[in-house]
Amino acid sequence: MSAISTQSGAVPVILPPSGLRASLRRIGAMVRRYTYLLRSSGIRLVELIYWPFLQMLTWGFLQKYLAGTTSPLAQAAGVLIGSVLLWDILFRSKIGFSTTFIEEMWARNLGNLLTSPLRPFELVAALSVWSLIRLGVSMVPVAVAAYFIFGFNLLDLGLALIPFFAVLVLTSWSLGLLSAGVILRYGLGAEEFAWSLAFVLLPLSCVYYPVAVLPDWLQPVALALPPTHVFEGMRAILLHGTFNASELWWALALNAIYLLVGYMAFRWFLQRARINGSLLQLGE
Amino acid sequence: MDERVSNSLQPAETIPVAVKNLTKVYGTVTAVDSISFTLEPRTTVALLGGNGAGKTTTIAMLLGLVVPTSGEVRVFGADMSRDRYGVAERLNFQSPYVDLPMRLTVRQNLTVYGGLYGVANVSERIDFLAEDLQITQLLDRDTGKLSAGQKTRVGLAKALLNAPELLLLDEPTASLDPDTADWIRQKLKDYAHARGATILLASHNMAEVERLADRVIMLDAGRILEDEAPKALIETYGRETLEDVFLDVVRGRSRHAVQGKLAPADARARKIS
Repeated sequence: MSAISTQSGAVPVILPPSGLRASLRRIGAMVRRYTYLLRSSGIRLVELIYWPFLQMLTWGFLQKYLAGTTSPLAQAAGVLIGSVLLWDILFRSKIGFSTTFIEEMWARNLGNLLTSPLRPFELVAALSVWSLIRLGVSMVPVAVAAYFIFGFNLLDLGLALIPFFAVLVLTSWSLGLLSAGVILRYGLGAEEFAWSLAFVLLPLSCVYYPVAVLPDWLQPVALALPPTHVFEGMRAILLHGTFNASELWWALALNAIYLLVGYMAFRWFLQRARINGSLLQLGE
Repeated sequence: MDERVSNSLQPAETIPVAVKNLTKVYGTVTAVDSISFTLEPRTTVALLGGNGAGKTTTIAMLLGLVVPTSGEVRVFGADMSRDRYGVAERLNFQSPYVDLPMRLTVRQNLTVYGGLYGVANVSERIDFLAEDLQITQLLDRDTGKLSAGQKTRVGLAKALLNAPELLLLDEPTASLDPDTADWIRQKLKDYAHARGATILLASHNMAEVERLADRVIMLDAGRILEDEAPKALIETYGRETLEDVFLDVVRGRSRHAVQGKLAPADARARKIS
């Protein structure tokens, strides 16, 4: 450490606190914080790949077995494993968002963050960016492994993969916002809610079966969920070679509504936590 | 374009803290009961009170972590319930009830918070603070592996990163050995003097308050019972230490009652016996 550098640090040079650049700087600082955390533990890195890899193996082998024994199911080559990979995009992105938020509470760091110049929307943006990065770290190796082990190429979905991915990630952020808000308000006692929320979508968004399988009265509920359109679209491409773009536009529009509702819920829970003093108790 | 426009070592012109009829009620419990006070620039004021007196809740309302039930908190003129981001970079805080992420190294934590507070010369600032607070050798260690005293110094480094004009401290020397606590107090005194900063500290450590504070606000059950300079309080109550005054106050012996019963000399004699 040089004397000059030390002396130059005697006076902090403070950048303007508002505006786009300031927001990007604070979001960048948070993403840097999450990167440091991931780098600090090799086990965390392995864990990101471990579970989706095991799931892909299980469903991949099941599909291989079914394809070899029943001829109609053999036509559905890739459907099961495709469902698993797409579901994992939603699930892992949601877990990435929620876990990263809960991490701040485990670390008793939330008080520091919420008294800093970091705005709530910047915290949400940082969590969203980080969930994407985590998703890349966990899903890219698994998708590559699916290709080499089972010959399933996710890229066979073509350009539709991009909106599929967008719909699933946006849905995961809506769920992440809701669970983060509930945890803010009710503390770590509500942690279980954060872990289990995504599973509500598993039967309703028809991951492994068509919407037509559901009872008539439940089908509108399923169709009101953006991921349902992704899984229906994936089956249409893999089984019939057709792609209905209008369904995905509909799903993206639904996403916009859910994302807005999720952010408003997060802000509402945050304000309730400030009123009830639960932010104070989080640190104690 | 050079984004660096402000140097936070410019003196503040606004009143750092103005609290008016501040009340916080949790269910049936009144944590803070209609308190009013003002902090003048470049003063160190202590919130003194026992457990549950309302010190932490008051500081949390000043930080915007808790919304008041009624009344008003203004920090540098900004209403902290609605517009805390207008002044957030001008203040900072430290509390033993809030940690820095334990798996990050000290340097990583300070770098992250430097980014959040918009410190452009963050590396130099960290080096400077590390040297000043004697934590240079800790910079590359995991924060979770530090002792309580080391964590306090690191927490203080985080609180000083942006050289805040208003520093809020909740029990800054809690669970520290006397030597480290004394060292921290001296650092705070030096900082307040050099920076011309305003400090509000919550404490139930009388020695700390006597040493640091220009003014003491004594709280009990959420109400302000006394608000004066430590020496003036000691003289008014005819006691030898602030601790004696504090005991008088929280046990309901008013200054008038104490003055009537005990002359200063009597009090001293009683103490010696």
